[in-house]
Amino acid sequence: MNVETIRKDFPILSRKVNGHALVYLDSTVTSQKPKQVLEGVDDFYRHHHANVHRGLYVLSEEATAAYEGSREIVRAFINAPSVQEIIFTRNATESLNLVAMTWGRENIGAGDLIVLTELEHHSNIVPWQRLAKEKGATIEWVPVTDEGILDQAAYDSLLAKKPKLVAFTHMSNVLGTVNPAAEMTAKAHAAGAVVVVDGAQSTPHFPVDVQAIDCDFFVFSGHKMLAPTGTGVLYGKRALLEAMPPFMGGGDMILEVTKEGATWNDLPYKFEAGTPNFAGFVGFGAAINYLSALGMDNVWAHEQELTAYALEKLSAVPGLTLYGPRDANIRGAVFPFSMTKVHPHDIAAILDEHGVAVRAGHHCAQVLHSRLGVAATARASGYIYTTTGEIDHLVHALHHVRKIFPA
Amino acid sequence: MNTSLYQQEMLDHAEHPRNFGTLDHPDLQGRRTNPTCGDEITMAVKFTDAKVSSVAFAGSGCSVSQAWASMLTEWVKGKTRDELTALTQEQHLSLLDAPLTPSRRPCALLSLQALKEALKQ
Repeated sequence: MNVETIRKDFPILSRKVNGHALVYLDSTVTSQKPKQVLEGVDDFYRHHHANVHRGLYVLSEEATAAYEGSREIVRAFINAPSVQEIIFTRNATESLNLVAMTWGRENIGAGDLIVLTELEHHSNIVPWQRLAKEKGATIEWVPVTDEGILDQAAYDSLLAKKPKLVAFTHMSNVLGTVNPAAEMTAKAHAAGAVVVVDGAQSTPHFPVDVQAIDCDFFVFSGHKMLAPTGTGVLYGKRALLEAMPPFMGGGDMILEVTKEGATWNDLPYKFEAGTPNFAGFVGFGAAINYLSALGMDNVWAHEQELTAYALEKLSAVPGLTLYGPRDANIRGAVFPFSMTKVHPHDIAAILDEHGVAVRAGHHCAQVLHSRLGVAATARASGYIYTTTGEIDHLVHALHHVRKIFPA
Repeated sequence: MNTSLYQQEMLDHAEHPRNFGTLDHPDLQGRRTNPTCGDEITMAVKFTDAKVSSVAFAGSGCSVSQAWASMLTEWVKGKTRDELTALTQEQHLSLLDAPLTPSRRPCALLSLQALKEALKQ
């Protein structure tokens, strides 16, 4: 994998910010887009645009073929058994809410236990809290060790209480921790729980096989993996999806509508009410083709090299505290840190003056930040186009932060 | 107009905030948090003869939220309740001559919002 060649595909990476070359270190939030994706969407709008699943004319058939073609590309990418089990949504958040408001409302009752982890993004917390409140269910949390890894012994103890549902992230959006999803799923299944895996951070960065994990639901977002915004996926096991009521009502999700009521369309359309973001999903297909051409094993290998390099360089900055696992084998290229005597907002603002884009805040993970004992952190993160030279530039800019805020 | 946010006066107020602390039995007290970063500021004031006689702020946050809170405490001294109520966002932001990007305005406004919260009492 040649990073310099890859960078030439990303037009935005050649722009300047505040007089400096852009160093984009915020891919955990959203990735940049290669020209193959931009041109794919542009070509679709210029030559093939019409609504899907409707028209009996060439354009509509082409649009439908493109949209459904992307569904097959997504299915193959995560090795789902069938395209009927691939539901297109706006993003991972919507996918999680869909499960909570359909499967959850039908299957979670008073006194039931839901198990979450302290690593979760708010999108894998708040839908379950709302459900628990509505139904009178309880939530318990798998704790995180000081190194930023889930306490598996505590997880086992929680499973002994026979939860109805276990929901956990495949990879932490703050610490980069990669959880043993297959092992945790097997244990949860043995305890009788349904398993939801949040793959928003894993799917962009390493190979994912939902059949190997064997989870019941798996969610992710296209915009974190080179695709346009507004493209999300819910994978669910067919038997569960078939038993679930629809999420939203409207066009495309029905078979027949009368004054008395309606019947539901087959999978996956039962969960796709209204005109979908098909142009976006055409871009999603192009994005996955781009990643598949690189090879997800190569993507992960690049990120592990980057992680090992960044952990070493950042650790050497005086007064800087790094959070998360030190072992690059179980960690993605996400680097949250704090510096003595400087607030993360100020770190991010000074880095911006040097063209370096990082995140500052709680990164939609306040439960985890409470556990870490900090209100906020600064966070740099990398992807396929991130170079070790950019990590050097970050470290150089951090020395300017120190000049303005002496330790 | 200064071109860098991190100029001397701003950093001085951030590092040595004026009127930092709490008041015993304040007449008004309000607290606000910034949901994007968890920063929080509490503003407290006491009146004597209808004018602010003492003021204090407490909390934690970035240099921008601390510096503007510090400047605000200096401004409110001697003001009437009506004058506090009339203080606008733009007036508050102009207390310090430093360029604020749209993403940093909420940091600077946190202390004003805490004061407005206090005025609801």
